[in-house]
Amino acid sequence: MTAARRRAVWIAFLLAPALVVMTLFVAWPLLAAFRYAFYGFNGLAAAQFVGLQNFREVLTEAPFAAWTWRAFQHNVIVFTVLMVAQNGLAYLIAFALLKTLPGHRVHQVIVFLPVVLSAVIVGFLWKLFLHPLFGLVNQALLLVGIHGPPWLGDESTALGSIIFTNAWHWMGFPALIFLAGMQRISRETLEAARIDGATDRVLMTRIIWPLVAPSTTIVVILTFIGSFNWFELPYVMAGLSGSPGGATDVLGLYFYRTAFGNVSSGLQDFGHGSALAVLMFVFIAVVSALALRVLRRREIEA
Amino acid sequence: MGGKRIGRLVLAATAAWGLAASAARAGEITFWTWRQEDKAAYTELFNDFTKANPDIHVKFEAFAPENYATIVSAALAGGRGGDVLHVRAYGGLEQFAKAGYLMPLDPQTVPELANLPDDAKAAETLRADGKVYAVSFASQTLGLLINKDVFAKAGVQPPETWDQLLSVSRTLKDKGIIPIANGTATAWMDEVFTGIFTGPFLGTAFVQDILAGRATFEDPRYVAALGRLLELRDFLPPGYTGIDYATGQQLFLSGRAAMFAGGSFEIANFRKQNPKLALDFIAPPAPKAGEPRYVSKFYDGGYAVNAKAANKADATRLVRWMGTKEYGDKFSALLGNISPIKGVVIQDPLLAQVAKLNDVSMPYIMAVHFRYESPTGSELLQGAVQRMLAGNLTPQQVGAEVTQGIARYYVPFQKK
Repeated sequence: MTAARRRAVWIAFLLAPALVVMTLFVAWPLLAAFRYAFYGFNGLAAAQFVGLQNFREVLTEAPFAAWTWRAFQHNVIVFTVLMVAQNGLAYLIAFALLKTLPGHRVHQVIVFLPVVLSAVIVGFLWKLFLHPLFGLVNQALLLVGIHGPPWLGDESTALGSIIFTNAWHWMGFPALIFLAGMQRISRETLEAARIDGATDRVLMTRIIWPLVAPSTTIVVILTFIGSFNWFELPYVMAGLSGSPGGATDVLGLYFYRTAFGNVSSGLQDFGHGSALAVLMFVFIAVVSALALRVLRRREIEA
Repeated sequence: MGGKRIGRLVLAATAAWGLAASAARAGEITFWTWRQEDKAAYTELFNDFTKANPDIHVKFEAFAPENYATIVSAALAGGRGGDVLHVRAYGGLEQFAKAGYLMPLDPQTVPELANLPDDAKAAETLRADGKVYAVSFASQTLGLLINKDVFAKAGVQPPETWDQLLSVSRTLKDKGIIPIANGTATAWMDEVFTGIFTGPFLGTAFVQDILAGRATFEDPRYVAALGRLLELRDFLPPGYTGIDYATGQQLFLSGRAAMFAGGSFEIANFRKQNPKLALDFIAPPAPKAGEPRYVSKFYDGGYAVNAKAANKADATRLVRWMGTKEYGDKFSALLGNISPIKGVVIQDPLLAQVAKLNDVSMPYIMAVHFRYESPTGSELLQGAVQRMLAGNLTPQQVGAEVTQGIARYYVPFQKK
């Protein structure tokens, strides 16, 4: 056996297990979901090929279309608010940490700490904090004479409360990515700007912002994918129905309860569920690919 | 995302195969269920069965309730799964039966079907072929759970009419007690709440009109009954829109609330959590004194034989035995559930009282009749009532939303 051939066999041997696992547990289920999306179901068994009917129904027929659209709008809100509030604040925190003020190491740990907790724990924790009777938040508000709303039970505050919890949980992650990006900027550049009289504000917006473009790309793409795949937090805090009255319903919940059924209310409907999953997959894949191209170009221009 | 979830399904199915393969010993059949908490009771019941049938041993295998249907359907699709399966009723049963996963039971092979009342059999019947696919295990009754100590302390009597409900609630509230423990944050409990309090206002006549296509959920009777629910908002816990099922239960168990609108399935659970609780279960209040106080009733599910069971004869013997009075007596005693089998004697006084309430009962409408196709009547009603109780929809709007949703597949609603 030649050296090149032995090398090829060796590589194949190392790749094979991973490839088998990926095929079995990632590629095959993905393809199965694609296939199911084009089938009508007889109870739980795929029965006949129905073409695009499942897609047409979830996108155009009442009441499914209204539910799909409502969930999608909520995902857009989640993405937008997280981009501005969570990632904006993360950027400010990263900048503050960059200045290596006294105690910055402790703060860095504190900021990152919630990220290591599981979403389920964070969800339960904040559900308790926001509880209308026993919750920390309303008890604290009561001390200053304010009767807080039932945060998760009010249609106007429920989604916002869960987005806030998400930001509390995840803030440290974009902060860390921004900080890493900022630390890569050469000292000379920052000092030169300082000598030219740049204030913090100018430094943040004119000098650092364009130079951390690669970090921004990562943060935007991950936030986008995370926002449109959002599931754990709303599931734990609002339940599968997107309570109250669908005010917290997002595509992840809607897809899940359609496909796998909501005990005590719904049925398993793999056809429509798969169609929703495929739509989510295609939307996320296409938009992130486009966004990636635009953001990469921006990095080069910067 | 979709891939990840389906991936889990595959994992579950693989696990299921492993279990089924390991259990395929001669004379041994497996029983699949979502009731992990009932393991001790079932082990005792199966021991009785083996005593009478020494050649058959039954293995108990439980899966998480929220994944049960997914795991079982994945296993059944692959020709595996337990020999005898715990299945749900109505639409939940149909999903399995329609796919051909379950063995039809007929009076020749399972004569014990004669021991079951008609509505129990209907709950486990596939509408398309009219065949029964499972032996019902329990009926559930929806009504009012009462904390007798709290009532005694406040010096009030459990309400028998709607007006009494309002006045008793007013008195309780004035004494600093939450009259009704329920909140609206858990969607399926909103359907329970609606079923309980609207039941006596609707009665069986209304259900018959719905089924005959003479009425929709926009019917003035239904809209008026929904409107009654709004009168109760004053007597729910503060911030009730944020109170979920678990909190409601705790408020009731701790004595902070006097009543809990719920099912007979709460009784065993409540007693376990607070053995000192002075619990009573009553029918919801009548519109006026002397009028019937309908409780809503439905069947939980049944025991079915896997159509591809390796040993159908033994599996059928187990299911036949599960339809006997002997089984029903012990099942009711051990699990605090009401077995629908004719002639079953319920020892527990409170459960016997609930069983008596079933004499004046009506079907739990959405679960019994409109949980077969999507969107189910249940999901439509739950979301809409949740919004109505929060003050964001009117009863008319709820009725219209539910009727339009169901009209997708229910022909009588399409004409109207």
